[in-house]
Amino acid sequence: MSGFLQNTFNGLVGGAFYALLALGLAVIFGMLRVVNFAHGAFYMLGAFGAYVLLAEAGVPFWAALVIMPLALGLLGMVLERAVIHRLTRLDPLYNFLLTFGLTLILQDLVKSRYGVQSSPYATPAELSGTVDFGLFDFPTYRVFILGFTVLLCVAVWWVLGRTRVGMVVRAATERPELTRAFGIDVGRWVTPVFGFGIALAGLAGVLAAPMRAVNPLMGADLIIVVFAVVVIGGLGSIFGSVAAGFGIGLIQAWGEAYLSDFPIVSQTVVFVVMAAVLLWRPAGLFGREEAPA
Amino acid sequence: MTSAVDTPAEESARPAPPSGLLTVARAPGWVRYALLAAGLVVALWLPNGLYPAVAVDILCWALFAVSVDLLLGFTGLMSFGHAAFWGTSAYVTGLVAIHAGLPFPAAVLAGALAAALLALPIGYLAVKRTGIYFAMVTLAFAQMVYYVANEWRSVTQGENGLQGVPREFFGADLTDDYYFYYAILPIVLLGLLAAWRIVHSPFGRVLVGIRDNPARARALGYPVHRYKLTAFVLSGFLAGLGGGLFAVGHRFVSLDVLHWTTSGKAVIVVVLGGIGTLWGGVLGAALVVRLEDWLSFSGFEAIGLVTGGIFVLVVLLFRRGIWGTVAHLLRRRRAVRRG
Repeated sequence: MSGFLQNTFNGLVGGAFYALLALGLAVIFGMLRVVNFAHGAFYMLGAFGAYVLLAEAGVPFWAALVIMPLALGLLGMVLERAVIHRLTRLDPLYNFLLTFGLTLILQDLVKSRYGVQSSPYATPAELSGTVDFGLFDFPTYRVFILGFTVLLCVAVWWVLGRTRVGMVVRAATERPELTRAFGIDVGRWVTPVFGFGIALAGLAGVLAAPMRAVNPLMGADLIIVVFAVVVIGGLGSIFGSVAAGFGIGLIQAWGEAYLSDFPIVSQTVVFVVMAAVLLWRPAGLFGREEAPA
Repeated sequence: MTSAVDTPAEESARPAPPSGLLTVARAPGWVRYALLAAGLVVALWLPNGLYPAVAVDILCWALFAVSVDLLLGFTGLMSFGHAAFWGTSAYVTGLVAIHAGLPFPAAVLAGALAAALLALPIGYLAVKRTGIYFAMVTLAFAQMVYYVANEWRSVTQGENGLQGVPREFFGADLTDDYYFYYAILPIVLLGLLAAWRIVHSPFGRVLVGIRDNPARARALGYPVHRYKLTAFVLSGFLAGLGGGLFAVGHRFVSLDVLHWTTSGKAVIVVVLGGIGTLWGGVLGAALVVRLEDWLSFSGFEAIGLVTGGIFVLVVLLFRRGIWGTVAHLLRRRRAVRRG
């Protein structure tokens, strides 16, 4: 029982990263109709930024947790104004390609400066050690990640659900034509929302730094899994993206624990789930039905 | 209100600018024959002007690009996971060539058939979505294939890759890349001819119809999903043909052939050449392969910086691609002359 609970906890922590990234992808997609391939690269930059800040300037984890999302969010807003904006009137595929190119550039910039080997990042002292849950012990840092992510998701949910900005974003995400038809100026929220989505990716990166290997390629592999996650959840649904993120994290952790003889299972289970969802509900678990094409 | 979530993606799922190929087809006969002759002359001369190994790579990538354009330009589907077919065929070709000792064309055929077979389930699931979702789904499935190849070390040798893929051809000595080029040229030309035939067949017309207006094609009674799936499998076969030849050409198969960057490179090669122009992809392949060879030869390590830069610049400034731009200029000149 305690083993099962521990695996479940691990799954939720893994899912927290998917959820944060999927949430950012979903709000960006909702406002701009852009699927941001570079989302993984910004996650990587968040982790790398935290590492560089600590190693070269002695900036602690807590400060990095604030600095990196802000800096990357700002960079994202500049990027949106400078290039992505120019392509939003065209087919979304062009922005997918553009952000793919950006990913290659960002990755190689980091690679040429820091190499491909992983850099270690110490867990902040306040969060080292374990928490005793009676039935099992769990690393304090992971408890922190889970609590922090859940709080963040609730906060985002509150902003989306209870504020005027949130109303506009939700409306634009779920009924884009209708929102514009009501004369709501969606345009002025586009750049901030893009920056916000990027900031979430950067934040996930900083959170990942003490827990996962910090290297230039850490984001790209992750983002492809997150794409599968948002196909499962339905990219048009913000709640669906987050729920699918946690769900896939759980399934992966259980697969890893109980099918450890088949390491391939935990790596591919997300794609199998995606295949099943495409068969059963092509629009995603929480997406709405597509018109037959 | 037609569709819900996918509406904007679907309504504009036409990344293709007006087909350049159709323009060339409308060009006077002598223009078409002159272009064809020039292309053949260049193909025959290529290994004399370039490093033969690079020329071989160009041929393989030309097939890969055309296979991607068949979907992107003529069916309106952007596959971002074509490395799955290119790479699967490379592995199957390598394994067949190593273990069965068959002549290399037979091994390549086996590889391409395996790729087509893999394209069947992936395509069946992927064509349920359109636009950007199609790109994400194909990318995800290709990553799954990558993980499987990475884990299945007893067969794929994992990160070491398949070493020593032979160039067996009835005892003929093809170790020299110069002769190997001419050995694979007929296969590549056959593949390109097949793509041209597909595009110009009634089947290809239906595909273009689906690209331009899926709802109308459906209303006319065409089974849209089945057409898309057929195009996907054919495209997988062609990509496999290229990937198999690539494996024999390098005498080595590494996990790189399945990596997501390979899928992305195939798409940008097509965009650079011109979406929906078929032969533009061949040009794009030649340029990108040549450029990458030159970069690695001059000791430049951060190739992704250049490839990524090309991506960004082409998408921002040069969306018609090379062939598409030329066709566009020609069309304009003709329009002016006619008044």
